[in-house]
Amino acid sequence: INHIVPNGGLYKRPFNEAFEETPMLVAVLTYVGYGVLTLFGYLRDFMRQWKIEKCQNATEREEQKDFVPLYQDFENFYNRNLYMRIRDSWNRPICSVPGAKVDMMERVSHDYNWTFTYTGRVIKDIINMGSYNYLGFAQKAGACQEAAAKVLSQYGAGVCSTRQEMGNLDKHEELEKLVARFLGVESAMAYGMGFATNSMNIPALVGKGCLILSDELNHASLVLGARLSGATIRIFKHNNMQSLEKLLKDAIVHGQPRTRRPWKKILILVEGIYSMEGSIVRLPEVIALKKKYKSYLYLDEAHSIGALGPSGRGVVEYFGLSPEDVDVMMGTFTKSFGAAGGYIGGKKELIDYLRTYSHSAAYATSMSPPVVEQIITSVKCIMGEDGTTVGRARVQQLAENTRYFRRRLKEMGFIIYGNEDSPVVPLMLYMPAKIGAFGREMLKRNIGVVVVGFPATPIIESRARFCLSAAHTKEMLDTALKEINEVGDLLQLKYSRRRLVPLLDRPFDETTYEETED
Amino acid sequence: QEKEELIEEWQPEPLVPPVPKDHPALNYNIVSGPPTHKITVNGKECINFASFNFLGLLNNEKVKSAAQASLKKYGVGTCGPRGFYGTFDVHLELEERLAKFMRTEEAIIYSYGFATIASAIPAYSKRGDIVFVDEAACFAIQKGLQASRSNIKLFKHNDMADLERLLKEQETEDQKNPRKARVTRRFIVVEGLYMNTGDICPLPELIKLKYKYKVRIFLEESLSFGVLGEHGRGITEHFGINIDDIDLISANMENSLASIGGFCCGRSFIIDHQRLSGQGYCFSASLPPLLAAAAIEALNIMEDNPDIFQTLRAKCERIHKALQGISGLRVVGESFSPALHLQLEESCGSRENDVKLLKRVVDYCMNSGIALTQARYLEKEEKCLPPPSIRVVITVEQTEQELDKAASLLKEAAQSVLN
Repeated sequence: INHIVPNGGLYKRPFNEAFEETPMLVAVLTYVGYGVLTLFGYLRDFMRQWKIEKCQNATEREEQKDFVPLYQDFENFYNRNLYMRIRDSWNRPICSVPGAKVDMMERVSHDYNWTFTYTGRVIKDIINMGSYNYLGFAQKAGACQEAAAKVLSQYGAGVCSTRQEMGNLDKHEELEKLVARFLGVESAMAYGMGFATNSMNIPALVGKGCLILSDELNHASLVLGARLSGATIRIFKHNNMQSLEKLLKDAIVHGQPRTRRPWKKILILVEGIYSMEGSIVRLPEVIALKKKYKSYLYLDEAHSIGALGPSGRGVVEYFGLSPEDVDVMMGTFTKSFGAAGGYIGGKKELIDYLRTYSHSAAYATSMSPPVVEQIITSVKCIMGEDGTTVGRARVQQLAENTRYFRRRLKEMGFIIYGNEDSPVVPLMLYMPAKIGAFGREMLKRNIGVVVVGFPATPIIESRARFCLSAAHTKEMLDTALKEINEVGDLLQLKYSRRRLVPLLDRPFDETTYEETED
Repeated sequence: QEKEELIEEWQPEPLVPPVPKDHPALNYNIVSGPPTHKITVNGKECINFASFNFLGLLNNEKVKSAAQASLKKYGVGTCGPRGFYGTFDVHLELEERLAKFMRTEEAIIYSYGFATIASAIPAYSKRGDIVFVDEAACFAIQKGLQASRSNIKLFKHNDMADLERLLKEQETEDQKNPRKARVTRRFIVVEGLYMNTGDICPLPELIKLKYKYKVRIFLEESLSFGVLGEHGRGITEHFGINIDDIDLISANMENSLASIGGFCCGRSFIIDHQRLSGQGYCFSASLPPLLAAAAIEALNIMEDNPDIFQTLRAKCERIHKALQGISGLRVVGESFSPALHLQLEESCGSRENDVKLLKRVVDYCMNSGIALTQARYLEKEEKCLPPPSIRVVITVEQTEQELDKAASLLKEAAQSVLN
């Protein structure tokens, strides 16, 4: 499926997203693979139960053996039999700054991943394609780090109080004003954790009698926030505007399910960039729908702030829209700013309301001062207010890296999901054995990648996910591409049945689709 | 066609209702400079009786230099969740140290104190399970319970007879439907030192109930970690209970350890499950390494100076005694609890007026150099809303003169405002 510039006029630039279909043979083989694994899983469980094989799980205490079991056996089936085999691809411990190159602690397992031992050696200079370091602010030296060090020695590491009690420092006020200016909104509020920003503020905005329309692939924090709020939740197909419009129409026309009373509010939850698919939300169409049906829009820019847009102001700037159209702009500081925490920006009434009624303001400790200073310095750098053009240069470098990397991978013949401009690049693997193999082969060649499988993705669509960064130089990307090419040939990952015609400049108009050779 | 009309006619509520300008929670106190022992609030220099900095580690030079070293090595953020290159060696070290300190098998770290218990409870308790929880449980526990969708049974605060009654009722229910009872998990969630009332839970009786009715205990030790017990190990050390009897201990590092984040500790059988199913652990970025290094150093200090706990307890007893007998204000909390509440002995009728009256007391004290705050709650969201109160926090750094000054100032304030 390939979409280009529909809905003419709303989009000022080509919107190029592709989700190539799974080849039939690959799908069948993947199911067969999982079937074999499940059979073996049952066999091993049987052997463990009859004590033929040693059970290496941790077990319940002797004194509590007659309590109701804490975990259902079946819940952990996947964990014991599939996840354990490839467990070494995750939770890899590192011991340096998570920049473009990273040092990893070597660990080995002598009992098939049940336990790990650290050999004590450090694998140096692994090219890091897994950390969310879009603008390269994860640095251990430089203006940001020096400012954070100064604030650390002055203010200390913790705060020990909540925002509403004694934890509101002058640094927090400074940060919030700066974030509001960066986003182009009236006012903003910052919180200590990105996940908690969603799960604690959505319940403050909507409650019973309201309707939430949430995208199929929304992040766990949005889903949790929606559930905790008590509102009715309806899900629309991923990035599908017809599905969204149908739900909106039905909601207004039919009202609440049993009483037929009209809904109090309708809130649409979308993300800027979806991190598992690499797709960008169709913001112009969503805003058009929102205005037509008088609903509210909550945009979670966790991955897109700092990464999209000519000056890094996120997906709103990428599409050339006005931030006033988005009612609630939420984002995190973890990805592009190299710090931790989240923020919400919007009109002054909204932020005043959140200052009073947000769960986080009343009960959760405020942000740590050195982290706040890191955000302040990095935002100023991106805006260009620190007197250099480093920020601008980084944003442009990231955009170039994204285009180059994606184009080269497509030319090699891999199936890559997502939008052309998203710095998150998912490469499809499909088969369970290849998940583990890809991660390990890349590590042998000194490249660190992230592989994801079920349950973060649908069961046959496991993938490897590359996160590009402005800190990656062209040489690093070329090395990485060379290795990916080798591993792709070794593991037979080049599933794509379209070969893109490389580097021809053809003008796009509204009626042509990309020409492909089959 | 009439669909179009309906769409035209429908008017939603405004996204947020307007908030009156003088709402007490809207105007925050602005603290300029570090929130340590001497704090500058709204431009005035005061002695800090409002931050939970029990062991005075917020301004400790060793802690700060450990954090600085970590900052130079790792930068600020971790740029990823624990599963994807966000696990640093400092995290692993902190988890080991915490497990060793609390004498349990394993510990797991979260990057936000509130999210710790709010992610731990839904990882074990699902729809259909039963949780017995104290009425005075803090908001984070309530949110964790709400996210877990289990059946919640509240028992009166610290009332073991009420809890036993509920457990017996549950037992009779079970006998009616034994097959269902075999798969329904049961939990008791209590706090070591309650934040809303300042008293401790009767842990020995709870352990007896646990084995009698086969219920698991989750203990939330945010305030009691680093305060109770001979070495600061919390309420289990205070009562001398074997730590393996408690299934899960959860605490946040934002009070005694003066850092950010939280941890859960217990047996590997229990803690390991959270590494894949704790939402705040899997789907959120890990704790910045400088905060983890600060926590490790704070733990070192706690282990090296076990006598600070005695000092803290002595100070708590002193001020508890000094605050008795203030006309109009009642002290709520145990004598060794470092976080007390001062509630109005007689309410003026409405909560709003009570809050205004207490604000005048707090302002009087702030103008004379003692920084206090009211305990803040979300009035519509709490299950059992505690009455309005002033929070008094005792730290190791406060000298005896300052404690006496605070007590006499509160007496004066109560006299002038409430009479």
